[in-house]
Amino acid sequence: MALKTETMVLNMGPQHPSTHGVLRLELEIEGELILSVKPHIGYLHRCFEKHAEAMTYPQVIPYTDRLDYLAAMGNNFGYVIAVEKLLGIQIPERVEYIRVIMAELQRIASHLVAIATNGADIGALTPFLYLFRDREYILTLFEMTCGARMLYNYMWIGGLSHDIHPDFVRKTKEFINHFRPTVTELNNLLTFNKIFIERTANVGILPLDTAINFGASGPVLRGSGLPFDVRREDPYSIYNRFDFEIPTGKGLVGTVGDCWDRYYVRVLEMEQSVRIIEQAIDNIPEGDVQSAIPKRIKPPKGTVYARVENPRGELGYFIISDGNINPFRVKVRAPSFVNLEVMGELCKGHLVADVIAILGSLDIVLGEIDR
Amino acid sequence: MKNPEEIFKLLKKEFSEIILDLDKETPTESIILVDPMQITKIGKFLRENEELKFDSLMVLSGVDDANGTKTKDEDGSDMISGGTLSVYYHLHSTVLKHKITLKVSTQRENPQVESVYNVWRTSDWHEREAFDLFGIIFLNHPDLRRILMPYDWEAGYPLRKDYKNPEFYKGMKVPY
Repeated sequence: MALKTETMVLNMGPQHPSTHGVLRLELEIEGELILSVKPHIGYLHRCFEKHAEAMTYPQVIPYTDRLDYLAAMGNNFGYVIAVEKLLGIQIPERVEYIRVIMAELQRIASHLVAIATNGADIGALTPFLYLFRDREYILTLFEMTCGARMLYNYMWIGGLSHDIHPDFVRKTKEFINHFRPTVTELNNLLTFNKIFIERTANVGILPLDTAINFGASGPVLRGSGLPFDVRREDPYSIYNRFDFEIPTGKGLVGTVGDCWDRYYVRVLEMEQSVRIIEQAIDNIPEGDVQSAIPKRIKPPKGTVYARVENPRGELGYFIISDGNINPFRVKVRAPSFVNLEVMGELCKGHLVADVIAILGSLDIVLGEIDR
Repeated sequence: MKNPEEIFKLLKKEFSEIILDLDKETPTESIILVDPMQITKIGKFLRENEELKFDSLMVLSGVDDANGTKTKDEDGSDMISGGTLSVYYHLHSTVLKHKITLKVSTQRENPQVESVYNVWRTSDWHEREAFDLFGIIFLNHPDLRRILMPYDWEAGYPLRKDYKNPEFYKGMKVPY
């Protein structure tokens, strides 16, 4: 006689430490098996896009900090590039170099959090503490530069809010020397840890065509094997001057596109960021970082879509100007928003415990999903 | 890799009967204007044509053009009637590396656009967002619900230019 069974609906979140913010996942489960996952978002919605329409162009910058609050430099970067494109202004070399260094430091800091929380979510708490120690170093560098540790408002349209501190170059080099061995340490502690591999290899496999169709970008797309990086595809700022590789998932311990691949792409990307910083740090030209800031920012009529490679993927700003001092429309293409869409596909057929591992490997920030 | 004019010519050859126009006045991008009821067909062609291969939709954004007649409400707030709402599609080919922007415009009073859900799966949430914030109806979208605002939000569509904040939401005062 067949036993009658029913599926059960389980709510994960909105207040749950492993959802990285306020995200509710509606899991339909049969025993331990996931049948479907429905993400519910919007708990952090504060209508950034509506606010932006009421602000002047420079006033929007602090709001962009609060989108992806773990990578605020990158958010500033994308926005100022978009507005500079609209204005058609040239940026001094010194500013470009400093911006690239800041963006890459931010990428390392952000990936450190991603890796740390991914590990902590599935039980590896020790690497978390080591990685936050290193992130602290970067935050100190930022604090030294502009006084803020998380929300910088550092990149301005046409320039920067502050020049770098006289000690910045020395301290950054110190950080690089200190950081290189950390990656080895991390690999020993977590990356090739047997338990970690058991939890993440062959879990949440994202095939490449699905990834592209779902619009995934950043480490999520590269983990599936496509070397797509906006810094290389659509070079902005001065990224075409630097030599760096684009790591992709190779299925080293499992299948291409599994959680471990997405994780490992981030580890390798940190090393590439260090490479870029090393190439840039000694070549910062002299100059005034505020000389190109326009007195009055009033772009001509037009539209622009500018995208940058944020730690979480392709961050795009679509700005429409109607010739006024405030933008007519600002739309943010938030990488986490698009990457989270694929969650339902990834979780099908896995166990409840795997949901945590998969969500951790997507590395979302609710601040930019809900905007 | 093709520039927008070549892509436009290819489209014109394939879909001469549908009104298509290339807007080059904007300084930084060229935009191809498309009929909102034909966007699925055009999208499929753009994705599958061997010379185009637009396999990735970078972003889909709703826009309130605010080009209707503006009148003042009795309490002094703006009211817009007539005019259009638009949807922009920014496409990119990961194979051939070219980009193009499509735009459709639809009547503000009855904003309907075909969904491209079956062409680019990523449009799912983007379309829900445009529906949520602008009230644009995407035909044939399988799950058109609000996404960022509460599911039971009744005060309209926040990103429209004539949106008015409600005084209360479920008995709670809104402007705090």
